[in-house]
Amino acid sequence: MIKQFCDWLSATALCGLISNHYWVIPTVQTVHIVSIGVVVSSMAMLHFRLLGLAGRSQSIAAVAGRFLPWTWGAVVVLLCSGALLIIGEPSRELTSAVFWLKMELVLCALLLTGAFQAVLSRGHGFWERHRVFAGAVAVVSLGLWASIVVAGRWIAYMAHG
Amino acid sequence: MDFTHLFAQLEATSLAQAISQSTWLFPTIETVHVLFLTLVVGTIMIVDLRLLNIASRNRPVSELTAEVLPWTWTAFVIAAISGGLLFSSAATKYIGLWPFRAKMVMLALAAINMAVFHLGAYRGVAAWDRAPATPPPAARLAGGISLAIWVTVVGMGRWIGFM
Repeated sequence: MIKQFCDWLSATALCGLISNHYWVIPTVQTVHIVSIGVVVSSMAMLHFRLLGLAGRSQSIAAVAGRFLPWTWGAVVVLLCSGALLIIGEPSRELTSAVFWLKMELVLCALLLTGAFQAVLSRGHGFWERHRVFAGAVAVVSLGLWASIVVAGRWIAYMAHG
Repeated sequence: MDFTHLFAQLEATSLAQAISQSTWLFPTIETVHVLFLTLVVGTIMIVDLRLLNIASRNRPVSELTAEVLPWTWTAFVIAAISGGLLFSSAATKYIGLWPFRAKMVMLALAAINMAVFHLGAYRGVAAWDRAPATPPPAARLAGGISLAIWVTVVGMGRWIGFM
């Protein structure tokens, strides 16, 4: 099933375009890395605030309002650049166990961020009142994003078995 | 000046030998390098975008830098140490690669840009620290240059792996 999908993707014009120009993959990877930098750093600043390590002069809502739009914007760029990398080298990604682990981690991180934001937008200062819970969410989320970066790098090392 | 023998000596150290001969040390150190460079680049972009008057506009510049830059420097030290270890494992090879050289030049330019900003525009930060004041042209220029430099640093770093 996945094998057939890889073969189909490999035969597409876009795959041919990407793999015929040696500079496309490193360029798209650069965009991908800069974008993960935006996500990791904006998430880190928010999480450091949740842990009481930075920006304490501002409310959690204010810090989230500053950083979360950048997080989501960069996530869109990550998904698009990631899709191009998959189309360019389908079997490198789609037959890799590390790649699928990374996708599961991405799903968890995005759901956690969405849930955090949903609770925040209901107001009532939920995260300010539940400091320990907020700290736990911050640690789990930071761990997830760090694991995503690690898994991303290891796709290259675990390729083809 | 020819530093070739110095790089050869570096490459011959037991630490560099251990990294180049191990199957897992290089990938592991590289993973640490990537993880912390995402923090370096991302946190620098937070400051650059503020200087460009694009993000965090209602946050005083001096408070923003005080809250962000300690993390940048911590991450930079870890990225520099891990990067140095990666370099040592094949120093004579890397020093000859144009993306590696370009990356080092870019890092030097980033340092110069930062020094010029701190000794210049940033001295008068009190006048444009808070909205509605906008950073002066010199500060915006420093932010724009920094943004371009760091994206190039990531690009050159990635290119090293394709040589």
